This record gives sequence, structure tokens and C-alpha cells, in this order.
Amino acid sequence: MTTLTELHIGDSLHSIELAPVTRLDLIKYAGASGDFNPIHTIDEEAKNAGLPGIIAHGMWTMGNLAKLFSNLYEIGFIEEYRIRFKGMVFLNDVITLQADLKEKNGNRYFFNVAATNQSGKEAISGEVIFKTY
Amino acid sequence: MFNESIGKRSNPVKNIVERGAVKKFALSIGDPHPIFIDEETGRQSRYGTNIAPPTFPRVFDFGMIESLNLPNKGLIHGEQVYRYNRPLKVGEEITCYTEVKDYYEKKGKQGEMGFLAFKNYGKDANGEIVFTAEQLVILNETIRRMVMSK
Repeated sequence: MTTLTELHIGDSLHSIELAPVTRLDLIKYAGASGDFNPIHTIDEEAKNAGLPGIIAHGMWTMGNLAKLFSNLYEIGFIEEYRIRFKGMVFLNDVITLQADLKEKNGNRYFFNVAATNQSGKEAISGEVIFKTY
Repeated sequence: MFNESIGKRSNPVKNIVERGAVKKFALSIGDPHPIFIDEETGRQSRYGTNIAPPTFPRVFDFGMIESLNLPNKGLIHGEQVYRYNRPLKVGEEITCYTEVKDYYEKKGKQGEMGFLAFKNYGKDANGEIVFTAEQLVILNETIRRMVMSK
């Protein structure tokens, strides 16, 4: 576990590469979140919506990205988590999660966060403000 | 019709941060961290119990806004912001409601797009705000026309 106080501006939390996205991942997220929009699980519905295939829920990717901070629960919490949904995530995409420290101010740590696909294209990006106790 | 919805709020709904729902949710985002799902880890933590992942409010019922009928298909999620005063604790009751903050239209590549901004609120048993969540939903021209014509 990275010690937050040892991080310098420009340093990153340990990044994570997810396993290729499967249909079952998205079915599980649909069930757990209650978001049953069929473009996330059913090919035909995705095609009817003009998509080449089913796409991940934006909130699935946003949920995944937050895990970079889960280990830090004893020293603080995510005070603000701001995301822009930029690109679609398709089946078999390999998503990398990243958080870079851009600023420290008192007990607040400002991170740039992003989830990018195997081509280096951002699916989501934004900011996390982590507040320590 | 969306302009008329600005400022409208849903009726508050009581939600429980249910242990099983938190576990299922944590697993579904590939984050089965013990602070979310292991009782002993929760007990020994500074929270005295398990907590929920920051995007868990996706699960909550925020109630319905009167006369705002959105289709369950064809909406694009543009932006999402969560703000927390503290993490959500497993087992607690959170009263949730939502409010239409704004609506505007912009010309895009695919015609006139609609942008609908919601703000969601979650309060604990003492009436203190635990979190707020802002959500920007984009409606493309086809969907916008469909909803308008209803």
C-alpha cells in the first residue's frame, strides 16, 4: 500500500489493469446497480441503438476506478469524485485505471483520475479529492 | 416540458445501505475490499462497521419527479459528481431525493441535444447530508422529440 503522505506531486497511485471486459461483468453490474438499460447487455438492443455492440455502463467504469483508493480507508475518504464520460467501453476492451497526484492542500489531496482502453483512449476521466482525517 | 421541471424535487425515499447489496455491488465493480464486505475488518476500522464504495448510491431509490417522464433507453450519461461528508456505513438508513437543477439545449453534430442536470441528496437519520450527487444526462434529438411529443 502506498503511503499517501509520501506521495509527491506528479506521483501516481499503483495503477491497475483490468481483465478484458466480459458480458458477465456487465450483467452482474446491471443486477447489482439496478441499471437494466439493455444496450449494456443485449446485442440486438445495442445494434438498434446504432452501436457496434454492447457497451459497459459508464458507472461500471467509474465504480472500478474508485478502487485505487479503497486501501486508504483508515487515513481518509473520497470527498469528491468527478467524472466525465468520454468514450465507450466495449466487450474485450482492456481498461487501465490511473490516479496521479496533482496538488496537495492541507489535508486534501487532488488527483487526476482516468480509465483508458488498450489504445490509450480515455473512456472516463476526472478528479478525486481525497481528504485525510 | 423540461424547462418546467427545473427546481422540482422528488418525494424523499428511505433507503437502507444493505449488507448484501453492498457486497454484490462491490463484487460487480471488481472491488471486494474487506472494508466493504468483511465484518471483522469493518468492526476494527475507524468506522466501527463496513462502509460502501463511493459510487454505491447508484443503487438507491431517489424517488420520482412529478411530470418528468424519461425513457429508460437512449439517454447518454455525460457527467457524474459525488461529494461526501463521510463514507456511507453498512446498515444505516439514508433518505434520498433528487432535484432537477437545470435544462438547456445545444446544437451538436447530431442535431439539437438536450442537457438535463440532476442533483441527488442523501441524508442520515439525524438529517445530516452524507452525500450529494450531480448527474448530467444528454438527450439526442430523436429522444428529445419523442419525449416532447408525449
